[in-house]
Amino acid sequence: MNSYPSKLLESAVNELSRLPGIGRKSALRLALHLLKERIEDVEFLGQSIIKLRKEIQYCTVCHTISDNDICQICSDPRRDKTTVCIVQDIRDVLAIENTRQYRGVYHILGGIISPIEGISPSDLTLENLIEKAESGIFNEIIMALPSTIEGDTTAYYIYKKIKSLQIKISNIARGISLGDELEYADELTLGRSILNRTLYQGD
Amino acid sequence: MYLQKLKLTNFKNYETADLGFSEKINCFVGDNGVGKTNLMDAIYYLSFCKSYFNPQDMMNIRHTEDAFAIHGTYLRNENQSDSVSCIQRRNQKKLFRMNKKDYDRLADHIGLFPLVIVSPSDSDLISLGSEERRKYFDGVISQFDKVYLDDLLNYSRALQHRNALLKSIAEHGGQSIESIEVWDQQMLEPGQRIFEKRTLFLKEFYPLFQNYFEFVSEGREAVNIEYESQLRNLEFKELLRSSIRKDLAMRYTTAGIHKDDFMFSISGYSAKRFGSQGQQKSLLIALKLSQFEYTRTTKGYKPILLFDDIFDKLDERRVGQLVKLVGADDFGQVFITDTQPDRIEKIFKQVEIEHRIFNVKNGAVAG
Repeated sequence: MNSYPSKLLESAVNELSRLPGIGRKSALRLALHLLKERIEDVEFLGQSIIKLRKEIQYCTVCHTISDNDICQICSDPRRDKTTVCIVQDIRDVLAIENTRQYRGVYHILGGIISPIEGISPSDLTLENLIEKAESGIFNEIIMALPSTIEGDTTAYYIYKKIKSLQIKISNIARGISLGDELEYADELTLGRSILNRTLYQGD
Repeated sequence: MYLQKLKLTNFKNYETADLGFSEKINCFVGDNGVGKTNLMDAIYYLSFCKSYFNPQDMMNIRHTEDAFAIHGTYLRNENQSDSVSCIQRRNQKKLFRMNKKDYDRLADHIGLFPLVIVSPSDSDLISLGSEERRKYFDGVISQFDKVYLDDLLNYSRALQHRNALLKSIAEHGGQSIESIEVWDQQMLEPGQRIFEKRTLFLKEFYPLFQNYFEFVSEGREAVNIEYESQLRNLEFKELLRSSIRKDLAMRYTTAGIHKDDFMFSISGYSAKRFGSQGQQKSLLIALKLSQFEYTRTTKGYKPILLFDDIFDKLDERRVGQLVKLVGADDFGQVFITDTQPDRIEKIFKQVEIEHRIFNVKNGAVAG
């Protein structure tokens, strides 16, 4: 393991291999690759990582990653501020934004309730969400949380906290994927789809 | 559907074996420790993708060899056959094939070739704790009910969270009872459904069980399975609410369907505490035969039946009756192991049933 010809190389490999999805072999390949790059390019890479870590901010409204106090979505006057979509983390925001179907704003929880992993409601941005809801700015809250026991429990926790507030609360639909044949759907999804069927909308 | 051929390579004590079976009864006879049960286990593997006796696949490879292989050919009807293979190399993933195609998920295979095994190790069902019995009945029910299986998984996941939370509150304080209630909510629906399905299942299962027990014990004793659940007396929601103090003190969830039990009794006395070895054996045979009939009536086809070493402690007349029973048309293919060749020969002299007898001697089989 410690047979690298240089201490500098060893230290770089050690640090790189701490990143998720990177083993020691990949780390070595990356380090050797960086040695072949122009020094200016490597400096720029290093600077951008340091800047990312030091200067990134979290939107004070929705808790997403942002360059300013308030993120682009929350400061966009065309977005509907009365509809809020609750998601687990920023990757979900990117996924929903890519659909171009949603014109409301978001609230990022930063995780979901999971006692097994030691994550309790106070570790999430729930208090701020409830404050916002109590201030009366929302007409509708859309829960877009994972379809797992933990996701359902988190949604139920939020529901219990705000159900007295006269806000419409909805859950994203779950069921058959678009373009899927029924025979390929797993039994549980298909069963749920039948239970949660929607009214046919013709003309 | 029946198993027509079985081929083994380096499986347990077999270097190679190549067997052809009867559609009805097949008997493996030989002394203790020659490998009769290993043949049964190979057949079990082809149905359930794992051993009935040893959960570690690698340990089923013949000593000093690198891999075992089990190949089976099932005849579905006149000219249609399915080939099933299980190959386990040392320190590699188990390969499971049906008609030369690898499975991605072993769960897709289980249930295609249903099988019921009766073996001396089943006595754990009576002698050990309630977990064994829940596992057994849950296995039988979830074979026919995917929603039940899903409910079990969700319930136990929520239960783990609830227990983790109780522990954390006990150790660090902080969170309120309210945060426990959100987990209760996740357990209520699946828990209630599991309770109802267990109740319903037992209602359908009990008459079969009673019938077979009468047959095996020759009608001398009455048998009962009592489904014990805290949910019988109190609604689940109430139950969780009223036990919260106790849960907090114990640091785990003390009420729910994970505490259910199925109590066997013979003539009104607990089979666990008062049953003789013969009675317990009769009870287990009756239980497995009922499972067989339940599978046949719900799924519409006859599972393969394995009788591993169950004739000890049963008198000859009863053994004869059992063989006659499983030789009838209601039953499909049957495999039996026994240490006494004379006993087997005598039985088949008395009743005319299509059968094959295999003499097993230290990893070699002569048919």
